[in-house]
Amino acid sequence: MTTEVGSESEVNKQDEQIGSDTAQEKPDEEAPESQQNPSSEPEEVKSPTSPPAAVVSKSSPRSQKKEKDPSESRGISRFIPPWLKKQKSYTLVEVKDGVERKEPAEPLLEEAAVEKDESAAEEGSMARGDAEEVLERKRQGVRADEKEEKHSVSSAETQPAKEDSKEIEVAKVEGIQEEKQEGEAAKRETKEVQTTELKAEKTAQKASKKIKTVPCKVILLDGTEYSCDLEKRATGQILFDKVCEQLNLLEKDYFGLLFQENDQKSWLDPSKEIKKQVRNLPWIFTFNVKFYPPDPSQLTEDITRYFLCLQLRQDIASGRLPCSFVTHVLLGSYTLQAELGDYDPEEHNSDYISEFQFAPNQTKEMEEKVIELHKTHRGLSPAQADSQFLENAKRLSMYGVDLHHAKDSEGVDIKLGVCANGLLIYKDRLRINRFAWPKILKISYKRSNFYIKVRPAELEQFESTIGFKLPNHRAAKRLWKVCVEHHTFYRLVSPEQPPKAKFLTLGSKFRYSGRTQAQTRQASNLIDRPAPYFERTSSKRVSRSLDGAPVGVVDQKDFSGPAGDVSVYGPGIASHSMFQDGDGRREFRSPTKTPQLQFTTEGKRKDHLFKMDILPVKEKQQIPAAPIVEEKAQEMDKSLEEEITSILFSKEGFSASMKATFTSTSTRPAEGSVVNYSVPSEMLSSSPFSQLLEKRAPTAEGPCSGANDTVKSSHETLNVVEAKKQAEVGKEERVITEGVNGRDKVPPGSDPGETRKVESLAHKDSPSLSSENSSSSSSDSEEEDVGEYRPHHRVTEGTIREEQEENEEELEEEKEEWASKVVQCVEAVPEASSVKQITVETVVQENVVSQKVSGEKSLKEGDEQDMREETEEEQHRVNGEVSHVDIDVLPEIICCSEPPVVKTEMVTISDASQRTEISTKEVPIVQTETKTITYESPQIDGGAGGDAGTLLTAQTITSESVSTTTTTHITKTVKGGVSETRIEKRIVITGDADIDHDQALAQAIKEAKEQHPDMAVTRVVVHKETGITEEEEE
Amino acid sequence: MGTPGEGLGRCSHALIRGVPGSLGREGEGVAVDLPPLDLAKAQREHGVLGGKLRQRLGLQLLELPPEEQLPFGPLLGDIAVVHGDTALITRPWSPARRPEVDGVRKTLQDLGLRIMEIKDENATLDGTDVLFTGREFFVGLSKWTNHRGAEIVADTFRDFAVSTVPVSGPSHLRGFCGMGGPRTVVAGSSEAAQKAVRAMAALTDHPYASLTLPDDAAADCLFLRSGLPGASPFLLHRGSGDLPNSQEVLQKLPDVTLVPVSCSELEKAGAGLSSLCLVLSTRPHS
Repeated sequence: MTTEVGSESEVNKQDEQIGSDTAQEKPDEEAPESQQNPSSEPEEVKSPTSPPAAVVSKSSPRSQKKEKDPSESRGISRFIPPWLKKQKSYTLVEVKDGVERKEPAEPLLEEAAVEKDESAAEEGSMARGDAEEVLERKRQGVRADEKEEKHSVSSAETQPAKEDSKEIEVAKVEGIQEEKQEGEAAKRETKEVQTTELKAEKTAQKASKKIKTVPCKVILLDGTEYSCDLEKRATGQILFDKVCEQLNLLEKDYFGLLFQENDQKSWLDPSKEIKKQVRNLPWIFTFNVKFYPPDPSQLTEDITRYFLCLQLRQDIASGRLPCSFVTHVLLGSYTLQAELGDYDPEEHNSDYISEFQFAPNQTKEMEEKVIELHKTHRGLSPAQADSQFLENAKRLSMYGVDLHHAKDSEGVDIKLGVCANGLLIYKDRLRINRFAWPKILKISYKRSNFYIKVRPAELEQFESTIGFKLPNHRAAKRLWKVCVEHHTFYRLVSPEQPPKAKFLTLGSKFRYSGRTQAQTRQASNLIDRPAPYFERTSSKRVSRSLDGAPVGVVDQKDFSGPAGDVSVYGPGIASHSMFQDGDGRREFRSPTKTPQLQFTTEGKRKDHLFKMDILPVKEKQQIPAAPIVEEKAQEMDKSLEEEITSILFSKEGFSASMKATFTSTSTRPAEGSVVNYSVPSEMLSSSPFSQLLEKRAPTAEGPCSGANDTVKSSHETLNVVEAKKQAEVGKEERVITEGVNGRDKVPPGSDPGETRKVESLAHKDSPSLSSENSSSSSSDSEEEDVGEYRPHHRVTEGTIREEQEENEEELEEEKEEWASKVVQCVEAVPEASSVKQITVETVVQENVVSQKVSGEKSLKEGDEQDMREETEEEQHRVNGEVSHVDIDVLPEIICCSEPPVVKTEMVTISDASQRTEISTKEVPIVQTETKTITYESPQIDGGAGGDAGTLLTAQTITSESVSTTTTTHITKTVKGGVSETRIEKRIVITGDADIDHDQALAQAIKEAKEQHPDMAVTRVVVHKETGITEEEEE
Repeated sequence: MGTPGEGLGRCSHALIRGVPGSLGREGEGVAVDLPPLDLAKAQREHGVLGGKLRQRLGLQLLELPPEEQLPFGPLLGDIAVVHGDTALITRPWSPARRPEVDGVRKTLQDLGLRIMEIKDENATLDGTDVLFTGREFFVGLSKWTNHRGAEIVADTFRDFAVSTVPVSGPSHLRGFCGMGGPRTVVAGSSEAAQKAVRAMAALTDHPYASLTLPDDAAADCLFLRSGLPGASPFLLHRGSGDLPNSQEVLQKLPDVTLVPVSCSELEKAGAGLSSLCLVLSTRPHS
């Protein structure tokens, strides 16, 4: 990272942050390698796979070159990234993020499990011990991280190209921070950006570095070619974004790039470097639909539908999408109408049709019927004809089904079809079995075998694992990946973070990193550009070249941001729009973009601030954190609206009103975060979402969800470990979210998250584990033999939605209140008056002693994912831990005599009551860390009307005792002449029930008051892990 | 393709075939253990059925003449699978019944349907093993229908998912289940019926309601839309004379006009409502 830092620093900090965020969150194996290599390389021993995400997020630590992190935002970023970084650096183990930390633990556990399935309990105990050790390390790491953080403001910014939702969240947080520190940010030197994009930008801007480029060709859906030169280390996302820009395509999440690989076509992983996926030069790809929208009419733009039509015409003509004669005729007639317009007897002689191919075996009879029908479509516009085409095509039974050849356990040739609803098994053309996503508990592959573990049928007790034999291991992995992606895209609200280094030697960490359908729908709802003009290239004329110019800066802007047009013109706005683009897309697509503009003027600065806000929102919308799911989405919408309004204001110039709105917006998120905390418990209770979605499987799923807690606690099996990991992941996300939500309050939000992370990390990471992880990391290479994925967790998320909605109401109310308050403050103390707020957030965790417990608790707090995962686990347990192979379940189910994946689950560990479990082992270490960061923004003068606030100082003090962890954030900001000092304390009380939480809380508040007599306590949030109750006082 | 579900049961014509005197007699190459049959009653029932199709449902009724050498000719539901403008002429499991296809094919062809035939000699398919739900096909793998036969159904109706359902017991798939509405599957209460319904539920992408009837045979009903698009659809079903226990449950079906008929005597020859008539629409897409 250090190496890149210099060059990338100039790029907008925001961008970098975003990028870093993405990088951080991208758990994908690729990310670590590609982007964070610099930092990770020294530690690469650990292996690229697991560390990547962690590295990314915490990339900064190593980059000590830059030492400007006074802002609060940094505080947040510090926490997360530094930990990760430090852990890495200090302990070879990957303690990077909570997720990572967990993962390391998991790998150990899993290994143990693998080695001894029966000795799960032992493993559990070991894990605990490890966790404690880890905790210690974490703490140390935290300290170190903080230090490092100071140096590297936003270490996470390293990987811009990767655009994981998680990352985005982080970015939001950063963005928030930046807002505070806008001036600072502008001046700040960017953090290290390892991403090629960033580099590209730099080059474009500064041309300081020369980059090796690789020529690259993409065959577009209309048959034309798009060529470009890519930086050698470019990720798939960079190319994909370039292509989408070229196509003027905004709803791009349904699409992907395919490349040929040993006679098989594979999807280019956007988060990985291209060169690591495509072995052969030249780079040639085809642009294709990856996820077929089940209801194309819900697409926002005609241009998206047009590309979908092109894909379907290909599919139909090639026979991939079988149609009956009648349907060929009907679809063909719509194609003619769309491409030729109304039938014209003079122009359209009998030959015109033979230039089109409607079917694999096109007959004269068919062509005649097509013409007949074409005549009846008179008056239909091209867009209408496309819509009609899609309405009919979507009903085809094989629409959106990705077929993979396989053999069942008896060696019979079958096909596995992956689709939006699940996995379909075909024999010849007949569907002989179907596994809806809710029914699938786990998807895995080992060598050339692909396994699914399915929920027991209604009257059955045992889960069954069904195995399929694929031609080779690559095919098995490809199928597995497709399953993971489809499940995530169609079933989840937000992507799941990739697991980190679960297995010592085996295991793909791959996870879908793009937007889910839910997210992309939300995002596309925000598209409000005028319908872009595009020319329908006739399907008969394949060689036609697109009229679109290469990537133009202006064009890019337009494409990228909904408000692009407007933004382009006004400098401030323009910068804003650019930012949006970046956020929305998560990418910095074109190096050509001029991020510099943003910083140049004061006005730009304002924009910058603005951008910060906007960014978070967009990110939320597009890449909502998995845990918060719908609430966030809705919130995001709201926030977007607000932001939009704010943008308008900004055009006029920063006005007090602007500020007010701005602040209010920020406050909302904070409250939202609070709500989130409470949510988890609810979520736990209402797990059976699958029922809603799947009427078939309701019974099975329903029961499982209820028992979450117990199950979670008791399971120490590998699965459990995984769950924990996931939970940790969720935690991370959550933390991020919180940070994002509480823009103003960034510190508090971040603190809790950090603390949690620390705990979880500690629990999960044991020294031994870490070492193992490092060793295991090497296995992450693309050649992994094994991969596991548990879709079920996700399914549970659905449930969450409902609950969240309820919460939303609360949130809204709170938001309003907050907003008003904030506004008042601002107005009341227009100038020179200081607003002092002390936010005391006390997190009381009753039983956090055991590592596991802590992890779980943390999960409870915010992590929906965790909940889900746990739920799954519970279900497993409920059903019977012993994996069972049921041959009888379905008539044609292929049973595998040896359940490959089952092993893991067979291990059952005794602790049933996690909460009860109080480990005395708590680390007695008392650590106190004080960080003071002072930063002066380039434009400290309040005179700059655009300044949202300049961060004067930010201080973070963390002290830990046996039972409590106190994190204090002191932030001083100047906004338009008004200085504001905010002190936020987060106190985490961990311990047995013996501890009098009330007393501890009272003590904490008392201390806070004593320490800051001239300040008022504005808010106390108590979150009890044991109880679901959440109290707020203001 | 039409609109899924809403096209279910749309019909303008009904095709039946008269009951020959040979139906009640054993031998004739059709060695089946059938109870003695009252031929006159069977023919009466058949006549009543035709009358209801024509007058009650308003369908244009085409009646093929009985042929003595084709004792099971009246069960022409086994001979063809018709959907939309396409008719798949089956290859009945019983070699003795295969000559039945000729007359049916010609009639359907004359009606303007696209005729598909099974040329694979390894394939066997009885039309009453095929259930069309409006959205997809289920093909029962019974003693009469094999995988290859089902595959040809899939090949013929490519727009639709075609799933196979194992059928245990002495019945065709349609012998114990049918459609009670666009989204409603009715099924008998026998173990075989319930097992098949569960299998179908697992195989489908679409949500169906399911109605369980006390009698398997009562589920062998026909959901028909013969009138104008807005008119209430009909459910042709076995009446109280045949299956008194199932009548009450059938009343639960919403939005259908129940048309009871009796075929208890024909049932002795293995017939059911789904096998006694073929319904089709000559303008499937209108």
